[in-house]
Amino acid sequence: MTTVQERSPMPQEREPNPAMTAADRPIGYGRVQRKEDPRFIRGKGRYLDDIVLPGMLHGAVLRSPMAHARLVSIDTTEALAHPKVHAVITGKDLEGLNLAWAPTLSADTMAVLATDKVRFQGQEVAFVVAEDRYSARDALELIDVEYEQLPVVIDARRALEPGTAVIRDDKDGQTDNHIFDWEAGDKAETEAVFARADVVVSEDVVYPRVHPAPMETCGAIADYDPIDGKLTLYETTQAPHAHRTLYAMVAGIPEHKIRVIAGDIGGGFGNKVGIYPGYICAVVGSIVTGKPVKWVEDRSENLMSTSFARDYLMRGEIAATKDGKILAVRTHVLADHGAFNATAQPTKYPAGFFSIFTGSYDLEAAYCSVTGVYTNKAPGGVAYACSFRVTEAVYLVERMVDVLAQRLEMDPAELRLKNFIRPEQFPYKNKTGWEYDSGDYEPALRMCMEQIGYADLRQEQAEKRARGELMGIGVSFFTETVGAGPRKHFDIVGLGMADGAEVRVHPTGKAVVRLSVQTQGQGHETTFAQIVAEELGIPPEDIEVVHGDTDQTPFGLGTYGSRSTPVSGGAVALAARKVRDKAKAIAAAMLETRPEDLEWEKGRFFVKGDPSAAKTISEIALGAHGTVALPEGVDGNLDAEVTYDPPNLTFPFGAYICVVDIDAGTGKVKVRRFVAVDDCGTRINPMIVEGQIHGGLADGVGMALMEFIGFDEQGNCLGGSFMDYLIPTALEVPDWELGATVTPSPHHPIGAKGIGESATVGSPPAVVNAVVDALAPFGVTHMDMPCTPARVWAAMQGRATPPI
Amino acid sequence: MTAVTDKPRATRASAAGSSGKGCPVQVPAPFDYARATSVADALELLERHGPESHVIAGGHSLLPMMKLRLARPEWLIDINDVAELGHLTEEADVLRVGALTRHAALLDSDVVGRLFPIVHDAEKVIADPVVRNRGTIGGSLGQADPAEDLTTVCDVLRAQVVIVGPAGERVVDIGDFHRGPYETACEQNELITEVRFPIRARSSSAYEKVERRVGDWAVAAAGAAILLAEDGTFADVAIGLTALGLEGLATEAAAVLVGERPSEELLAEAGRLAAVASSPVEDQRGPVDYKRHLADELTRRVLRRSLERVGATAGALQGG
Repeated sequence: MTTVQERSPMPQEREPNPAMTAADRPIGYGRVQRKEDPRFIRGKGRYLDDIVLPGMLHGAVLRSPMAHARLVSIDTTEALAHPKVHAVITGKDLEGLNLAWAPTLSADTMAVLATDKVRFQGQEVAFVVAEDRYSARDALELIDVEYEQLPVVIDARRALEPGTAVIRDDKDGQTDNHIFDWEAGDKAETEAVFARADVVVSEDVVYPRVHPAPMETCGAIADYDPIDGKLTLYETTQAPHAHRTLYAMVAGIPEHKIRVIAGDIGGGFGNKVGIYPGYICAVVGSIVTGKPVKWVEDRSENLMSTSFARDYLMRGEIAATKDGKILAVRTHVLADHGAFNATAQPTKYPAGFFSIFTGSYDLEAAYCSVTGVYTNKAPGGVAYACSFRVTEAVYLVERMVDVLAQRLEMDPAELRLKNFIRPEQFPYKNKTGWEYDSGDYEPALRMCMEQIGYADLRQEQAEKRARGELMGIGVSFFTETVGAGPRKHFDIVGLGMADGAEVRVHPTGKAVVRLSVQTQGQGHETTFAQIVAEELGIPPEDIEVVHGDTDQTPFGLGTYGSRSTPVSGGAVALAARKVRDKAKAIAAAMLETRPEDLEWEKGRFFVKGDPSAAKTISEIALGAHGTVALPEGVDGNLDAEVTYDPPNLTFPFGAYICVVDIDAGTGKVKVRRFVAVDDCGTRINPMIVEGQIHGGLADGVGMALMEFIGFDEQGNCLGGSFMDYLIPTALEVPDWELGATVTPSPHHPIGAKGIGESATVGSPPAVVNAVVDALAPFGVTHMDMPCTPARVWAAMQGRATPPI
Repeated sequence: MTAVTDKPRATRASAAGSSGKGCPVQVPAPFDYARATSVADALELLERHGPESHVIAGGHSLLPMMKLRLARPEWLIDINDVAELGHLTEEADVLRVGALTRHAALLDSDVVGRLFPIVHDAEKVIADPVVRNRGTIGGSLGQADPAEDLTTVCDVLRAQVVIVGPAGERVVDIGDFHRGPYETACEQNELITEVRFPIRARSSSAYEKVERRVGDWAVAAAGAAILLAEDGTFADVAIGLTALGLEGLATEAAAVLVGERPSEELLAEAGRLAAVASSPVEDQRGPVDYKRHLADELTRRVLRRSLERVGATAGALQGG
């Protein structure tokens, strides 16, 4: 494959000229302003809470104030007597409908409303349906619940100790808090390599619990029509089709009688993949009252009860030669899954794609083992733009490579360059079984070093160190694993992870593309129109993108794990090519020639050797629906549908370098510069790609410096509001400096690899490596996130501690 | 009741009343609302609606507490229309600031920046522009949150607070105004109308805060105001600490400086004594030893900066 090195254009070239007319815009790939933005900029987005249905009632969830307690009694009398309350639903009511417990996406069960006990603070206990949201909230205070407190399990390290309270005593045969053990790689071979290595470094590395915290919290409006038995469910979901199928399986409503609609979604980041009790309660509320029921959680509910991310306690080890050849990586992980194992990930991968912890390096051996445990915390675990645990894997290996560099007194960039998988080794099979599709790592890191002025920065750092000033330079290089996936390997609760797409060209040459995936801000309405435009030569503004409504779109698994472009992008490109093949046959009939005598240039077919004998895609569309005599076997339309089952995952990669300054008197970290060189293969809309990177980098700075959900000894969530759960603002992040290399995926129809989560995966280690680099004069080899002023100061005193 | 925040405000406010039956919600309990048009009108409304009525100005402290149902006033008396409280007047020896003066107005004021640079230091790090556009000086002082910045600023500037009540107007020294976290001399049926800052020659001031993120409550902060004698020795020094468990001023730290000529050794000693005077509590923002270290570090910094500022002023005067 070829690698095209392309510098990010200068800022003044970046923005498309607003005066540009439609005719100037690229018909296909290129920088195009987002089609969806006019409605968002004008405040005309239509989010779940904007929807008001006639006669709609409002739900509110009563949540447990305790982390672990037996439910002694619930008295709803007073709440029911509230003049505006229509229904109060408890776990007992749901038991009668066989809905008190629901399956999770990880072959476990979760309580919809508690029946026997509560297992985390914020767990759903009762659901009130009232005439307005204020009355519903007021009525929550009228429900009297008696709890009998039980010992809590908060520290995952102690969850498996004998005598510890058993959280899931509801499960037959469950006598401890163990969920699973999982391993990858060759243990014996790895041990042998470690035994003969010159150098072994190891560290305990914690990736603490964080939260995706989308700007729009989760919610649903259930509208059950008792006459025709149809349930219309408006939801904040990243996966409308998967939800519909699951509701059909769980609630017993026939699938054709369920319509899931996801309108505009205000951010997801994995938080909106799962099915939450509030959604199910809204459905039951609508069935019980015969009216639409809206439920929207507030910020604290979102932070305390919905899918968190990470919570991995990792022991990392690297074996190397004394001159810096990395031989093997080994790790054991203790994974805190909370009270129910509800991670959203492919069935056969209980630790997601964590086994990509071998990173971007050519190793002789690798081995990991992962143990999952229950604790009295909110369930979830795969969320926050992590590519199914690639975030944890990349953080571990990139942190450990820096630990090795420090031990060997080698430059961390040089150490990486020495160990990269070489371009000629692709497709590269790593030691845990992944086949990396394509890559050319060295040019990306060299571009990043050049762009940031790496050598000069090291010089500046040396001068500052001599003066006692703290400056750090952090390098990270990541290989992502996205686009799940080949359906034979990847499914979610038995649903293969392939995506459908449908392209229709209308008689006048305008088109509609229907997607199974659902945008949460990624710009699908623009990107997918551009894919069709590139294939058919129809301008993007003439292509309507329909998504987020199961009655209007083909089946597919949804948007998460950076899979929309790798999977649905492939589906759309192939559907458009099917349309083009059909158009060729029709054009041949129109031009009274043979299809093989026609040549395609973007937007039209012409007769080889006679470019004036041509039919544009618009003319062909009219012909297809008109009176032209069609060839044998060609239908009178210009439509096609494809379900794309990718042959492999895609492996985007990137090189990030971060510069931090630390106030030695206060421990405050300032991110001064950040250069990100990303390679996501073909860039369909570079502006959207850069926007995705900007967002992910901000997430990464947030996690590295401030984001953290902690718990006290009683299991109280200490990150339950934005006063306590900090997310970064424009003032904590620098002006991002981006660069790009382009190494297309060899197996993908358009060579695109996906970009959604690259920056979230790659940036935390760059920031933490920079902080640790700055603190090297204090003998610091590792400190865990979040690098808050107090924690950095403690590290300077030689007292770096894990956050949990 | 469960802790939703590690700030002391929650502990105190939850004792004041919350359901205890479930997790916090983010919708206020029912309340009534009235809009005052003048100070007299506000006092009359407070009197009429009784002890469960509460004044609201910018609302950026009160409304979040109401949404979490940690505060449950039955009546809100809105004073945002009371134009007579929005003044900012420089007189020969005093700057008079109306209680309804917004943070943004203080930050925009050249007069404030010239006379009391500490106010600009602090205002730059109070929350964010959205909050500063609404929040008021009277509201900040009245809330008396231990992590609130203007309290320390007013302490070190030896400000006075004007309070109006049914019995008329009284002027209270800032030291007497504060009675502890969330407690002030302003009674429920009274209104803070003005804050007065004495203007002094050869003086300056500074404030510095450490926060985990812009807009977060302070991990710790320190403020200082100094007055130099003509011989260059310290004639008066006031040092205050924010979110560090110190009520009022760090008097011993200030006392070691008075009558002395400034030196790094002396500032270090003042810093050390400020740390001794602090009594921080551990929370998610940091452990006790770190916060004590900040009391020392930040005290030295604000003294140093105050000195630099006086020096700049003196130099300019000589040059003129």
